[in-house]
Amino acid sequence: MSVYQRPVKLFWWLEKRSYVIFVLRELSSVFIAWFVVFLLLLVNAIGDGAASYQTFVDWSGQWWVVAINVIAFLFVLLHTVTWFALAPRAMVIKMRGTRVPAQGVVAAHYLAWFVLSAVVAWVVLR
Amino acid sequence: MNHRRSPEPFLWMLFSSGGMVAALMVPILLFLFGIAIPLDLWSPAPAHLLAVLRNPITRLVLFGLCVLALFHWAHRFRYTLYDGLQLKRYAGPIVVLCYGGAVVGSVIAAALLATV
Repeated sequence: MSVYQRPVKLFWWLEKRSYVIFVLRELSSVFIAWFVVFLLLLVNAIGDGAASYQTFVDWSGQWWVVAINVIAFLFVLLHTVTWFALAPRAMVIKMRGTRVPAQGVVAAHYLAWFVLSAVVAWVVLR
Repeated sequence: MNHRRSPEPFLWMLFSSGGMVAALMVPILLFLFGIAIPLDLWSPAPAHLLAVLRNPITRLVLFGLCVLALFHWAHRFRYTLYDGLQLKRYAGPIVVLCYGGAVVGSVIAAALLATV
C-alpha cells in the first residue's frame, strides 16, 4: 500500500512571518555551535601564553570576525528571548500549593540571566 | 518500535539543558570575547584570564557549557535539516553528523580544558 504524501516546497517557511521566525530561531543553534568553536580557540590561545592570546585578539578584531560575532550575538539573543518565552509552558512551578503565573516564571528567568551575566562580566573584567 | 528503549527522551533532555545554559551564559560571553574585547572596549590582562581559566570551577562550568551547548545544537540542527530543508530521507547520515560532531567537540573541549 502506498500512502500519498503531499509534496512540500523546499522554502515553505518563507510563506509566513511566523514561519520565518521559527526557522531563524532554529538556525540560532548553528551560532551556538560557532560560539563553542570560538570559545575553545580562545581557551587554547589563553593557555598558550600572552603572545598567543594577543594574536587571537588581533585575529578576532578583523572586521569579518567581528561581523560574524555580531550576527551570532543577535541570533543568540533571539534564542534567549524565545527560550525564556517558552519556559512557563515547559515547566510547572508551584509555591505554597499554587501554580506560579507564567509572567512570574519568565521574570525569574530574566532575573537569573542578568545576575549570571553580571557575575561573568565581573569575573572576566575585575 | 520499542518506545521504552528510544534514546529520544535522553537526547531531548540534553537539548533542553543545553538550551537553558546557552540562553543564560552565551550572550554575555559572546559579547565580551567576540565584540567588546576585540574592539578594545576592555583589555583584561592575559595573566588574569589564565588564572580564571585555571580555576577548577571555571573549567567545570565551561566544560558543562560546551558539552550541553553542542548537544543542543546537534538536536536542533538535526530537525532544522529534517524540516527546514526537507532532508528527512537522509536521517542516518544527519544523525551521525550532528551527534557525532557533538561527541567529538566534547572530547576536544575536555582535552583543552583539562590541560590548559
